[in-house]
Amino acid sequence: MSSLIRTGPDRRPHTASRPSTPRIAAARTRLEIAMYFRERDSVIFSFLFPIIMLGIFAVAFSEQIGPDEGPIDFAQYFLPGMVASGIALVSFQTMALSLAIEREDGTLKRLRGTPMPPMAYFLGKIGMILVVGVAQIALLLAVAALAFGAELPTEPDRWLTFAWCYALGTAAGTVLGIAFSSVPRSAKSASAVVVGPLIILQFISGVFFVYTDLPSWLQNIASVFPLKWTAQGMRSVFLPDHFEDVEVSGSWQHGSTALVLAVWLILGLIVCVRTFRWRRRDDG
Amino acid sequence: MTEPTDTAIRVRGLRKSYAGVPAVDGLDLDVRTGEVFALLGPNGAGKTTTVEILEGYRHRDAGDVSVLGHDPQSAGAGWRKRIGIVLQSSGGHDEITVEELVGHFAGYYPGARDPDEVIAAVGLDEKRRTRARHLSGGQRRRLDVALGILGHPALLFLDEPTTGFDPEARREFWALITSLADGGTTIILTTHYLDEAEHLADRLGVITAGRIVALDTPDRLGGRDQDQAIVGWTEDGVPRTARTSEPTALVAELSARLGAEVPALTVTRPTLEDVYLRLIDGAATTASAHPSPSTARSTIQPADPQEPVPS
Repeated sequence: MSSLIRTGPDRRPHTASRPSTPRIAAARTRLEIAMYFRERDSVIFSFLFPIIMLGIFAVAFSEQIGPDEGPIDFAQYFLPGMVASGIALVSFQTMALSLAIEREDGTLKRLRGTPMPPMAYFLGKIGMILVVGVAQIALLLAVAALAFGAELPTEPDRWLTFAWCYALGTAAGTVLGIAFSSVPRSAKSASAVVVGPLIILQFISGVFFVYTDLPSWLQNIASVFPLKWTAQGMRSVFLPDHFEDVEVSGSWQHGSTALVLAVWLILGLIVCVRTFRWRRRDDG
Repeated sequence: MTEPTDTAIRVRGLRKSYAGVPAVDGLDLDVRTGEVFALLGPNGAGKTTTVEILEGYRHRDAGDVSVLGHDPQSAGAGWRKRIGIVLQSSGGHDEITVEELVGHFAGYYPGARDPDEVIAAVGLDEKRRTRARHLSGGQRRRLDVALGILGHPALLFLDEPTTGFDPEARREFWALITSLADGGTTIILTTHYLDEAEHLADRLGVITAGRIVALDTPDRLGGRDQDQAIVGWTEDGVPRTARTSEPTALVAELSARLGAEVPALTVTRPTLEDVYLRLIDGAATTASAHPSPSTARSTIQPADPQEPVPS
């Protein structure tokens, strides 16, 4: 520490490039991805979790499931649920947990004291979620197809459905994660407060259980939340056509799915804008 | 807002209350461009609240504040490029290495310092590839300082920067701060270490109960230069001391009486700590919030380095 910095205020910048929001957002994305994959907990409990669960389903249940005219393997049946679960974990859970922790440990406060544009911070989070999410889904689909013999759709319109369900589900999960990050009162309670409700939601939204087997009042509760709709949308992508008849409504309900997810996305944005804090609640 | 360029910070009548309890209670302050200014005071005196208002983190209830010619609570990114902040508590980015983090933060500033140069300057050269999680408390603090000075700030805030440093690291840190000040950086320092304040600061402000109660150079604070000196010597094998405002005359008299070399002669002035404790005690007793001097005294112990207490 004894070597001195004797550079005056007029010293020439060491780099000619001026900081811009896109440039800083790209740098933040790289930093966020590094932080995500170096944190063992996040790799196991959000990145690999759906893949592990799919493996358990595939190994534990060897029989088939579905209508009499054409039952399918459990691994195939639960694949859309695992895709939806992965979306919720990577977008909502990662966002809510990382923001709650970064608010608590002073990361946000420190960043606020720099000229970093706030938008670059959020773009960095979103960039990380896109990269991690796409990698997760690719790995999940590869494992499902290669290890457990699940059949992936070949029709382009199914992949189109997949694309908008994935995009809307991830966008809604991300903004709701930002909004929800203010709920935990401390970083210590954050994982319980964030993970607990999400686990319950996964059980009632057709991720771990067959949705139609649930009592209708539980189905009604689940229908309020986005996860049920992404799971249903993904079923329309990965299950054979005749499974549409056994849905509760007898339809894949693409219009309602898009509407519900869009409403959550807008509601989440409004809450974010109104409630986002750079500092802890107890910090002035 | 235009300010004379020789004033980095100007504060008038600053007030801030939390739930009706005043934390800053009519504070005035001027910090000149290029000076190192230390803010001293017990925990809870309003130091951090004051500094965080100057940094733009907190909104004031009343008063005028100008920092580098701008009101911090409405200043934007252009203003933030010119200030550097080392917060009292630090954390986050645990899994990122020193060189990654310093390089990343350099990208926030136009004309940032060379990251390698900054890492070397804070003495973390050997920890470049170490993740923040594995740094010691003192090393982590140096990383905070590195991030604070990266943008070549005209004004640097250091809130208890050396908490958790060992004595050698503190000396090295002082050398770094001195070199920054020599380069023209204005520095606002809060600290519990009076030797640190005395070593680094051009001027000191003592804050208690949300107001500045004394403000001067380290050697004159609280009338320190006018204080009686303490002369110590040994006579007939017995150590003696005397307080006097004329130590030179006393030493001459002793020399005449006891011989050219007075045995075990010492002449001392009250230390900055003596003056500081007197100022704090005086403020506490007159404010009658802490009528017992012993109560007041117990609040001015330096914070436990392991457990920084927000003030």
